Amino acid sequence: MIRLSTIERVFLVGDEEVHALRGVNLGINAGEYLSIMGPSGSGKSSLLNILGLLDRPNSGRYELDGRDVTGLGDDELARVRREKIGFVFQFFHLVPRLTAEQNIELPMVLAGIDPAERRQRLNKLLAEYGLEDRARHRPDQLSGGQCQRVAIARAMSMQPRIILADEPTGNLDRNTGQEVMALLEKLHADGGTLVVVTHDNELGSRAKRRIRIVDGQIVGDDSGT
Amino acid sequence: MRFADILNFAWQVVRGSRSRTALILLAMGIGVAAVVIVSSLGEGARRYVLDQFGSLGTNLLIVLPGRSETAGGAPGFIVGKTPRSITIDDAIALTRSHSVKRFAPLIIGTGDARWNSKNREVPVLGTTADYIQVRHMEMAQGHFLPEGDPHHAEPVCVVGMLVRRELFGAQEALGEWLRIGDRRFRVVGVLAPQGQSLGFNTDELVMVPLASAQALFNTDSLFRILVEAKGRERVPDAREDVLEIIKTRHEGERDITVITQDAVLATFDRILRALTLAVGGIAAISLGVAGILIMNVMLISVSQRRKEIGLLKAIGATSGEVKMIFFTEAVILALGGAVMGLLVGKLGQMAIGQLYPAIPFSPPWWALIAAPLTAIITSILLSVAPARRAAQLDPVQALSRR
Ligand SMILES: Nc1ncnc2c1ncn2[C@@H]1O[C@H](COP(=O)(O)OP(=O)(O)OP(=O)(O)O)[C@@H](O)[C@H]1O
Ligand SMILES: [Mg+2]
Repeated sequence: MIRLSTIERVFLVGDEEVHALRGVNLGINAGEYLSIMGPSGSGKSSLLNILGLLDRPNSGRYELDGRDVTGLGDDELARVRREKIGFVFQFFHLVPRLTAEQNIELPMVLAGIDPAERRQRLNKLLAEYGLEDRARHRPDQLSGGQCQRVAIARAMSMQPRIILADEPTGNLDRNTGQEVMALLEKLHADGGTLVVVTHDNELGSRAKRRIRIVDGQIVGDDSGT
Repeated sequence: MRFADILNFAWQVVRGSRSRTALILLAMGIGVAAVVIVSSLGEGARRYVLDQFGSLGTNLLIVLPGRSETAGGAPGFIVGKTPRSITIDDAIALTRSHSVKRFAPLIIGTGDARWNSKNREVPVLGTTADYIQVRHMEMAQGHFLPEGDPHHAEPVCVVGMLVRRELFGAQEALGEWLRIGDRRFRVVGVLAPQGQSLGFNTDELVMVPLASAQALFNTDSLFRILVEAKGRERVPDAREDVLEIIKTRHEGERDITVITQDAVLATFDRILRALTLAVGGIAAISLGVAGILIMNVMLISVSQRRKEIGLLKAIGATSGEVKMIFFTEAVILALGGAVMGLLVGKLGQMAIGQLYPAIPFSPPWWALIAAPLTAIITSILLSVAPARRAAQLDPVQALSRR
């Protein structure tokens, strides 16, 4: 389903080249649950951004569902993103002036889904994530855990088959973090592909397949239990 | 993304950042209002001047003997021989034209007016009953010269206010016999004070029937004919007809001059219109300033909302949609500002109208269209850059905390 081959990502900082990813090869099958771990600055986020089509590699090839997406234009990428991929971020990235439900609705609004259908999905999501009585609250009136639940609901609103989460628990206390992980894992249980970047060994080891990345290179790919 | 959703999204932003919105509306409003008010002043001045002239009768044509090459120039400039005079029958013939409503022939001279022991040298105007309508004059007392055959010399006269006061003082003037030269005229009316107009002061006039004046001054030729056209738009037709009718009566010779009020008015009109346009244009500069403010505010907004833009892209917004969102926001602000400006401008114009009720202040239609349109167009053009900047933002960088 996902096939990365010899991906290079190089940033230019002044005159210096920073190699965030060096020759990364990675295949992910539909319905897999991966964790990506590694020291800070090792290229985890860079990898996730490329997987999520937010960023383009300098070289290498990316196939998604059998289609080469390396050379797609911006608008085409946006469309693929909207339909296939859901993001969950460390800092939630909710729009502060919108209510919880408006934030959740946003991807559907962008996709041009009609309001009646939106409402229906919204109600389902609010119930699923226990946010019914918070629907009209703005992010600054919500706790971190609630914010992340809103963000997950938002990621799920377009019913994507791939969920990419970059340190989704990085800003939450342990218990809340566990709750959020449980929510994400439920998506996996429903057949979705889940990729989680984390610093936390314990959380990381919950994944069936654990990728270890150091200095832009994959140094470990452990599918054992 | 659906249009309604784009609108709604932009509207949320506009509503959410109150002080920013208020600032823009204010700047935009002031700009539009300035144009509306300033152009109202100009338009008011224009109408005021036109009305003043219009009270003379914009439908008026003045026919005088002798041909002048430049219509409206110095009258009586004679080419070749002495011109044939215009007679009362020439004047009567003018009523054949369908564009002529009425006319008043004029003979002017001076005479010695006497009543009892008092006497005074006065300008004497010989004319017909229609004169009062042609000139839109009012009577203070009695009635004007009687209707009837203009060849008939009835011994009656109408006096101006000044004459009345100087000759009769506190006594009743109506019915008294006034002696002018060797003839006697019974006073049948007193003109209301009119002031200066068309070169002479009617307050010091004595008016007598045309035939009487002809006898008094021993002449057949008319000084002028005042012709009233059936409407302002009929004036050119009336002019053609007058020239044509007199020409045939004068054996094919074009030996008269016709002056129209309109030619003079048109010049004034042009000047004042240009002036209004100029000051309106100057006021419109403030619209440019308001447009630049919108651009700045939008640019700030884009950098403040980097994360939001990054997020929108991450969840599937295309560059075009991001651009559209910011663009719509600017357009909403511009529209709001324009509407507000029109309201404020209208209020301001009404306020000034209260202060100077004599002058008909009202914004010209072009200002009501051009001011908001300029506001909207400048802000649309100027918000292209911020919107594009938002659209070009790299989502990864926008989302990172760096
Ligand atoms: N936009 C950028 N410009 C320059 N260098 C960058 C940029 N993004 C990432 N890098 C560099 O690329 C390398 C990998 O960064 P990345 O953010 O992927 O690390 P990470 O594994 O996610 O780290 P962390 O655990 O701290 O989030 C780092 O050395 C970083 O400095
Ligand atoms: Mg990272």
